[in-house]
This record gives sequence, C-alpha cells and structure tokens, in this order.
Amino acid sequence: MDNAPLILLLLVGIVVVFGLGVIALNRRRADAPAAVEAPSAPTVEKSLRIDEVPRVEEPTVRKEVEEVEEVEAEETGPEPGPLVEPEPVAPKRRFAKAAGIFTGAFAGVRAKEKITADTWDDLEETLLRADVGLSVTTSLLAGLKSRIDKKEITDPRSLVDALQAEMTAQLSANARDLTFDASVKQPNIWLFVGVNGVGKTTTIGKVAFAQKANGRNVLLAAGDTFRAAASEQLETWAGRAEVPIVRGSEGGDPSAVIFDAVQSAAARGCDLVLADTAGRLQNKTNLMEELKKVRRVAEKDAGTVTEVLLVIDATTGQNGLSQAAQFAEATNVTGVVLTKLDGSAKGGIVFAIETQLGIPVKLVGLGETIADLVAFDPDEYIHELFDAGS
Amino acid sequence: MFDSLSSKFESILNKVRGRGRLTEDDVEEVLSEIRAALLDADVNVTVARNVVARIREQAVGAELSKALDPGQQIVKIVNQELTAILGGDTLKITYAGKPPTVVLMAGLQGSGKTTSAAKLARWFKSQGRQPLLVGADLQRPAAVEQLRTLGRQIDVPVFSDPGDPVTTATRGLAEARRIGRDVLIVDTAGRLSIDADLMDEIRRISDAIEPHYTFLVIDAMTGQDAVNTAEAFNATLEIDGVILSKLDGDARGGAALSVKEVIGKPIAFAATGEKIDAFEQFHPDRMAGRILGMGDVLTLIEQAEQVFEKEEAEATAVKMFEGEFTLDDFLEQLQQVKKMGSISSIMGMLPGMPKELKNAEIGDDQVKVTEAIIRSMTLEERRSPEIINGSRRVRIAKGSGTTVPDVNRLVKQFSEMQRMMKQMGGLAGKKSGKKGKPPKMNPVKMAKAMKQMGAGDLSGLGLPGQPGLPGQKNPGAFPDFRDFR
Repeated sequence: MDNAPLILLLLVGIVVVFGLGVIALNRRRADAPAAVEAPSAPTVEKSLRIDEVPRVEEPTVRKEVEEVEEVEAEETGPEPGPLVEPEPVAPKRRFAKAAGIFTGAFAGVRAKEKITADTWDDLEETLLRADVGLSVTTSLLAGLKSRIDKKEITDPRSLVDALQAEMTAQLSANARDLTFDASVKQPNIWLFVGVNGVGKTTTIGKVAFAQKANGRNVLLAAGDTFRAAASEQLETWAGRAEVPIVRGSEGGDPSAVIFDAVQSAAARGCDLVLADTAGRLQNKTNLMEELKKVRRVAEKDAGTVTEVLLVIDATTGQNGLSQAAQFAEATNVTGVVLTKLDGSAKGGIVFAIETQLGIPVKLVGLGETIADLVAFDPDEYIHELFDAGS
Repeated sequence: MFDSLSSKFESILNKVRGRGRLTEDDVEEVLSEIRAALLDADVNVTVARNVVARIREQAVGAELSKALDPGQQIVKIVNQELTAILGGDTLKITYAGKPPTVVLMAGLQGSGKTTSAAKLARWFKSQGRQPLLVGADLQRPAAVEQLRTLGRQIDVPVFSDPGDPVTTATRGLAEARRIGRDVLIVDTAGRLSIDADLMDEIRRISDAIEPHYTFLVIDAMTGQDAVNTAEAFNATLEIDGVILSKLDGDARGGAALSVKEVIGKPIAFAATGEKIDAFEQFHPDRMAGRILGMGDVLTLIEQAEQVFEKEEAEATAVKMFEGEFTLDDFLEQLQQVKKMGSISSIMGMLPGMPKELKNAEIGDDQVKVTEAIIRSMTLEERRSPEIINGSRRVRIAKGSGTTVPDVNRLVKQFSEMQRMMKQMGGLAGKKSGKKGKPPKMNPVKMAKAMKQMGAGDLSGLGLPGQPGLPGQKNPGAFPDFRDFR
C-alpha cells in the first residue's frame, strides 16, 4: 500500500497549521492589547505587529540613488490628436452601442398596465444585470414598495420614473471636480491606483492630454515598475500627450520613482504630476502596504497629493466594492474613474461604491483613443441605465 | 478566491446539516440564501435562477423526504449541482499530429491575455513542449514589449511583426514550423465583444492560423457581463475553454460558474498569482469541493509530490509519530512547503481550515517571522527546546527581532504539536504494530476522514490552551480532527 501521498499531506498540514497557529496567535494578541493569553514571561512587550513587515527605509532627499531616466516627450507620438480640449462626447451617444438589456427590460415594465409580482422581478433582475448588487437593489425596491403602500405610486410607468429619480438623487450630492490646488506645496500629485488590467496607464494618458489642454504643466511618473513593459506603455502615452515622463528601472522601488518624478517636476516648474502605480489585488496585504508607502513618500519633500483616483473597470462585479473599500483604506481614495463603459457592461457597482462608501465617480473612460475620457454625469448615467437607445 | 462563497455556503448549509426534518419553509429559506450568495458572487442572474430551480426540484422531491438526514441530503444536492455547473472533467490537452499545436488567446482589454499567454507557454514547457509566443497585439502600446520581457523570463522565443495582426499571426505560424517549435501561442489585442470591426479581425486571425485551441481569458472579478462577453466571443470564434485570470483576488468567481453554464465550455486553466508559475489546470470537481469548504486535497497532494522526496517524507513522518520531530526538521519542511506556492493558496486547499485562520490574511512575509525565531536558535536549542532558559530567550528574541513572549509561544506551541503528533502516531501505529516504519494508513479511510474534516475544523490543532486529546471514533484511521477541540 502506498502511503506516500497521505504522509505528504500530513506533513504539509502540520507545517502549515503550526506555522499559522503561531501567526494567528500573534495577530490575535496584536489586535487585543489586553493580555488575553498571558504568556509565561511578562516582559515589556514591544508589540510585534505581524502585519508590519520590516520595511526598507524611506528615501529622504536622495540624489541619483537609482538610475532615473528622464525622457522628454518625443514628437513622434503615433496619434498626436488635436490640441484642443477634447469635446466631451456625450456618454449617451457612446453607450448607445451597448444599449440592450436595459432598454428592453424597463420599456417592458413601463408598458404594463398594472404593478404585479412580475414587475418587481423584472426591475430586480434588470438592476442585478447591471451589477448594481443584491443589497442595493433590495433596498431601492423596498423604498418604492413602501411608497406604493402609501398610494404615492400606482402604475408601472411612474414606478420606473420614481426608481430613476431615486437613483439620480442618491448620486447628485457628491462633488465631482478634480482637485487642483494652486495654494499647496507644488506640484499637485494625482495618484492612480487599482487592480490589474483596469486601465490605469491608459487613463493617465488621457488625463494628461486633457489637463495639458487645460493649461496645466503636466509630468508623468512611471510608478508601475512591476509589470513588464508598463513604463514603455506610459511612455507612448506621454508621447501622444506631449508631456515629459520620469521612469525608473523595471523592478525598482515605485516610491522612489514617484518621489524623483515629483522632485523633477518641482525643479522644472511643472504643476501637476500624474503618478502611475502597478495594478494590485486589494487582498494582497504587502502590496497594499507598498501603496501606502508610495502615497507617503510622494509628498515627502515637494508636492502634495490632491487626488487619489481609483480606476475601476465597468465589467467589474460585486468585487468592486471590496476594491473601493480596501484601496480607500490604504490610500484615502478621492474619486473613481470608471473605464471601458463603451462595452456591454454597465458598471453598476459604482452606484454601491458612491452610496455606501461615499466615493464619487469623477471620470468615465469610453475607448482607446486619447480623447475618450469624459466627466461623469449622474443624470446621464442613470438615464442611460433606464432609457438607452429609446 | 472562492473562499468567501464557500464560507457563505458553509454557514447556510450548517443550518440544515444534521437536521432530522425539514419543512418546505426551511428549504425555501435555504434556497433564497443560496440565491443571494450566488448573486453576491457575481453568478449570472439567469444562471442563479436556474441553479436554484434545479436544487429546489431535487430537494422537495421524494428524495429528500425519504432521506435519513435531509440536511445532509441538501448539502449533497448543492455539491452535485455546483460540480455540474463548473463543468465535469478537466480539459485534456491533446497535441496536433502535425505540429505545431496552435493556441489562440482572446478576451477583453485588461483581462490578462498577455500574462496568461506567457504563463501558458511556461505550462507547455513544463509538459516538455517547446512553445513559440506570437505577439499579435499591435494595438496596446508596448504589448509586444511586455510579451518579449515575459518570454525572456521563461526562456521562450517571441515572434512579432509590426503591421497587421493577421499577417503577424500567419508569419508566426510559419516561423514556428521553420524553427521547429511544437506549440504556438498567439496573443491578441483586447477587444470589446460589441466592436464589430475588431471581432471581425480576430475571426480573420483565427481563419488564418486555424487554432487547435481557442482560449477566452476572463477576469475572475468580472460581473454579470462575463456571460455576454463569453457568448459573443463563442459565437465568433468557437471557444474551446476559458482561462480564468486573477483568481488570487478575493472575488468570489461567480463569472466562472456562469460562463460554463451558458456557453458550455470548460474552464481550462486558472491563474492564481502574479508569479509566472502561478498557473494551473482547472479541475472542476475539485473546485466544487473547495467552494463547499471541503478543501482541495488532490491538488495539494499533487503539488506536494512535486516538492517532497518520498523517502525523505516517510522518514520525517516516522520522526513525527515518535515524537522526535525537531524544530530543525520543521524548518526544513517549511522550506519544502514554501516551494508549493504561497501559504494562503495552500491554506485554501486544506480541508476544514478554521475561518479565523483563513480570514487572517496571512502572507508569506508573516511566516518569515516564525522562521526568523527558529533560525535565531542554536542547533542544540532547536533539537531540544526545553533547554531554552531566560537568557537564551532574550537572545533569540533579539536575534530574530521579536519579543520574548513570541519566542515562548512558539516553543510552547511546538511542544503541544509534538505531543499531539506522538499520540496520533500511537493511534496509527497500533494497527501497523511496528516501530520505525511509517504508520500504515488506509487511503480509503483516510479520504473519508478528510471529507469528514470538511465538516469540522482544525481550530484546536496546534493552538495552546486547548490541549485536546484525540478521541477514538475511527480507530486505525486517520484521526478525525473534530475530536481535537
């Protein structure tokens, strides 16, 4: 009889369980300062926080610690694009491509004569399909139900209108302007964060173009030193937007690259640094720690972080809420950029992010070219959910 | 990733597990909770509705009323249903009679095609193949450069040709034939499923290279739209399987369930980390077990077999059961375990891990602290920790950058574990009756015990203050960890 697999399993189990046991205990203690399980030797405890990994000393003012290559914008950007403020493309026109589910469903509800159980199922399903999420959907519909009980709403058409009005109202209170403050320690730093593949680098290219057209003196910081060729990608965008970029070496310390970029911007009188960061999943504790450090170090000398923009892909499902919560905790997120809204996804999770976490959506990405970025307009967005194409 | 769905299911099903009678209301309550859990996990609305309907059909049918333990019966039904949705058997990769075997990668922007292409190339390499990567993403800036960098990391050649993606793919195929590579992986630009021009372009790429496998890369964090995307790509390209990326996040991965259900194509591979080797074949049945909190023992054993030497492992087991397992041995084993992947991914596969440990976000960095303490001990101390007195403690704490109570805890816990191992050895040893040989265990009984562990937890194991003694419910078999509490 071959016991090998069983023994292996046992070994792994023991090693892991034992290793983790120690950690879990330490953690429990760190969480509860009172001596829950008094260890045998009560010395002065320099509480060991397991989650605080010994970290590399933060760079103070440094000169050429790392090779930092400064690249002036090349004139040969593949797509120079027009040099005017991009005419905001009305989202409606752009989303129209993707009109589908919503139109059908809500139009169908409106056309009914009476509000029945099916009406509620249709509304619920439509909201769920837009990734609005079960709990938000349930509470939205519960509010409507109570208004029906009070006879405020009597027919399907006014029910849909009321839902639309309610959702718009919930979004309308938030300020959505991008913060640029000329009175703080210059330059302004806008940090772009998010999980992998949401479109951070592309968004920075577009923001750079728009802000330059807006009269700002923009510099890009290639803080994604992890992903292969991320810096090259940003460099291409720098060329297209005709702004300078500061790069570090691949695998280098992102904090250092951004710090250097800010110094460089201050030295040459740039007033806005757009800092890219590597995509990271929000449950990777060490990477989130790294991001906290990036934020801290960025404004250590010159510069002030005035925006931390979380980039969220419109295809994201309920996980978006966890992304927003975790990134907000680590970096104090000031706004959301909702990308890829030109596809078939509706990005309904931003509704939960706004209403539950209070983080406003500021920008919307609608394509791969440099001008495909518009300010988020809640009226239009909600209208789009309800009446696209109709 | 699927963890939070699994813990949801666990808590829902725990309410009915072991119940003697279930009313229709009970069943409805469970079903409505299952629906909520599925929707929260981004399972497609339609799919969730169908799943719940099928479970209801079986649950309220004759089957349930006749069953001795209706609660357990529901667990079984849900498990079967999940396994069915996830897609039955593992996709078996076969190779073209006339090489190269051509693989086409497709997907939305940012889903992880380029990284997955490189990871897949590495996987083929580990299967003894010689892949060639083709960078046909000429859209995104620096995409080819990214592929080249990844290719260098895994020592796989990369072909690309600026100009037209269809030509690049075709020339890549010719290049593979010319230099004798037997697998060709073509990376393409991300595209929206509603972009007619680009969908037509990828159709032309596909027509030109006639892929043996077309994989759709889907981000595990995708919401309801995953189904639309999968349907559109499948209509254009005839997808053979799905590569699920970013599965190491905390998304509940409902998209994975839905896509299989809707387009009927299996999830072939899953990317489980940022490292290039964090990529594995997807085993649907095992994943269902993982969702239901039963662990994924088979994958764990496979991974363990790759890193542990059989003889060495047996010798270590003997040491363990005779109470001669030292901290030094532990350190050595820990190094082996670390080769298997990140601690959190291993934990996900262990059956019945207590939730508090799962939720503790334990990273590999944190394991280093434990390692540091042991490494700060002398060899003698590691072999017999009882000699560690006050001054030794202070020294060890200083050496490892920890505190004396930390050292104490580790030592105390280790002796607990040692004692427990000895008792387990005694149990198993009775049957084999011989000392100095690894205890004989019956794999069938062991597997059974493992399953039972799914229902219990390990919270008593290795944690001081709860020095549980193993009961003897299954004498001779692998001890049931539930008794350790």
